[in-house]
Amino acid sequence: MKRTSALRVAALAACAAFLYSIASPAADSVKIGILWPLTGNAAAAGQASKAAAELAAEIVNHAHPELGDLPLAKTAGLPNMGGATLELVFVDHQGNPSLAQQLATRLITQDKVNVLLGAYQSSCSFTATAVAERYGVPFMVGESAALNITGRGFRWVFRGTPIASDYARTYMRFFTDMRKSGTTIGSIAIVNENTDYGTSVADAIVAEAKKADISVAIRIPYSASSSDVSAQVLQLKEKKPDVVIFISYTADSILYMKTMRNLDYRPAMVIGDDTGFSDPSFIPAVADIAQGAMNRSAWAIGKPGSTTYRINEMYKAKTGRDLDDTSARNMQSFFALADALNRAGSTDPEKMRAALAQTDLKPEQLMMGYQGVKFDSTGQNVLAATYLIQLHGSRYELVWPDRAATAKLQWPMKGWTR
Amino acid sequence: MLLLQVIVGGLLLGAVYALFSSGLTLIWGMMNFINFAHGEFVMLGMYVALVVVTWIGGGPAAFGLGAAFALFVLGVVVYLSLIRHVVRGPMLAQILSTFGLALLLRYSAFWIFSANFVSLPQTSLSGTVNLAGILMPVAQLVAGVVAITLTVALHLLLARTALGSRLLAVAEDRNAAMLMGIRPDRMQALAWGLSAGAAGIAGALMAIAYPWSPSVGETFGLTAFVVVALGGFGSVPGALYAGLIIGLIQALSAYWLGPVYKDIVVYALFAALLWLRPQGLLGRA
Repeated sequence: MKRTSALRVAALAACAAFLYSIASPAADSVKIGILWPLTGNAAAAGQASKAAAELAAEIVNHAHPELGDLPLAKTAGLPNMGGATLELVFVDHQGNPSLAQQLATRLITQDKVNVLLGAYQSSCSFTATAVAERYGVPFMVGESAALNITGRGFRWVFRGTPIASDYARTYMRFFTDMRKSGTTIGSIAIVNENTDYGTSVADAIVAEAKKADISVAIRIPYSASSSDVSAQVLQLKEKKPDVVIFISYTADSILYMKTMRNLDYRPAMVIGDDTGFSDPSFIPAVADIAQGAMNRSAWAIGKPGSTTYRINEMYKAKTGRDLDDTSARNMQSFFALADALNRAGSTDPEKMRAALAQTDLKPEQLMMGYQGVKFDSTGQNVLAATYLIQLHGSRYELVWPDRAATAKLQWPMKGWTR
Repeated sequence: MLLLQVIVGGLLLGAVYALFSSGLTLIWGMMNFINFAHGEFVMLGMYVALVVVTWIGGGPAAFGLGAAFALFVLGVVVYLSLIRHVVRGPMLAQILSTFGLALLLRYSAFWIFSANFVSLPQTSLSGTVNLAGILMPVAQLVAGVVAITLTVALHLLLARTALGSRLLAVAEDRNAAMLMGIRPDRMQALAWGLSAGAAGIAGALMAIAYPWSPSVGETFGLTAFVVVALGGFGSVPGALYAGLIIGLIQALSAYWLGPVYKDIVVYALFAALLWLRPQGLLGRA
């Protein structure tokens, strides 16, 4: 007797749930498929970004009036879709482009996600976006920097982050500034890991350096899985460039810093192109030997009480760490995507695509130091920009441009000297 | 001078390659058994070093011996619980069992230690020595010297001691060894312990100089196979020469031709050598 009544209640509940789901399709959820390297060489960055995406979804899905003008923070869920919530489906492509391609297909055909976000390594974004384009599913490239991801005539691919050429131009503007203030920058060296990311950023830097009349003493491509980089450091030592720019992933950038210390090689300045230099393991590993190393970041924690400061506190409560630039750019792209989904008002792919194309976020609506978010016809955010930061003690300080700086630039870098 | 620096760096790296490969070649020589989890043993050695340093605060001697001991025990346990049973099975089961073990160890490490890269804090071996203009990081110098010493010691153990003779007797003919009063299980468990212990101490030595994450075993595992194949399967001195040669070729080709070409050069020479001498440098035909 008891059992039958329990069954009846369950059946009724199931019916009610079913009816509810038909009656209000809007208060459903929107599925976002997210491709990141959650294991493998770049797992740390993938995991950090995963935490950032989870936090962003939590901010969108619940009311956070304290976060100012950040889109969708004040309300719970997506108001234009009857308060629909965002549901995240994470997959792990391990940094493998062909796996990223398979997983993108699986997310679209089996998990039936409405939109995609990813994929950290440029090589993986390159393959995964091609799948999204084929199926007509909007893909937001969170932070991959390689030039060739947009510009293939794709309609469904959007990218919130600054790209290789934006960064390259920033470095040259910085060098020009330094020269004006009397610092000698005769030549630079470029050390890049040899997949899409490193190659394209290095290409962009070479091109911009030519325009800015800065000579490139040597360019060293290498494989990020190298277990020894002494030969490369010795090559640098021989060429004596004033600045060495590293386009490196995590283990390799730590290995470079340690090897430079071991071989007593300290150029006037080392600039890391984000990524490895922003990885949560970088500072603890090399803080005492890489003092003054520079890095780029469009993310700054800001003053206590500011929106960025609050976001960082929430992230810290979740992970125990400060939010890093890579994860923050992914988070910003996530917010831009959520904003477009809300404006689309439905999960119809064409409507979502149109809403993305019409995105126009102002600086005060952002958590990053961009001029805004607005996509050109290739899907690239044309208002993206970046700051330069420098390792002082055990944290990065914003040192350039002067108008935004929180600390004074140290030149030359101290490295391991006191 | 710069060239000399490159050569020294290559040889020091090669010595560590030799140490962790010697364990792999030992197992092959003893049992005709390929251990795909060998790279993972090196990885675990690195984490044991980290745990010893952060929890107990021991120096290089403590974490080196700690890693050797912990991995020795693990090697014996792996032999007694897994290998002893699968050697009676078909070849494929033998291969897949250690492959599975590799994945088990790697993902257990992901679970316990997370995917983040870690590195050892500064130790007493963090400095560099300047020897007539050649800079040698103390860590790599110690690693190289210890590696060569241990590889030679392992060779002497096998070639010159009664224990070594018993180990080799089991490798030669298990049944005949049993008739001579040698217990093959005990000998092979010991071989696994020595093999894993060598990998563990190599890992601890590498940990001083390199940042790592749980997936580091893949890289080391592959290198170990190449070293063993080049040196000759089953030959410990072969592994020593091959490790040094590979370290040297990698360093020189990275310096002269650029780092992206170094593996091409190494594997091209490797293929060429195997074509001329399929049994490896010191292997028996």
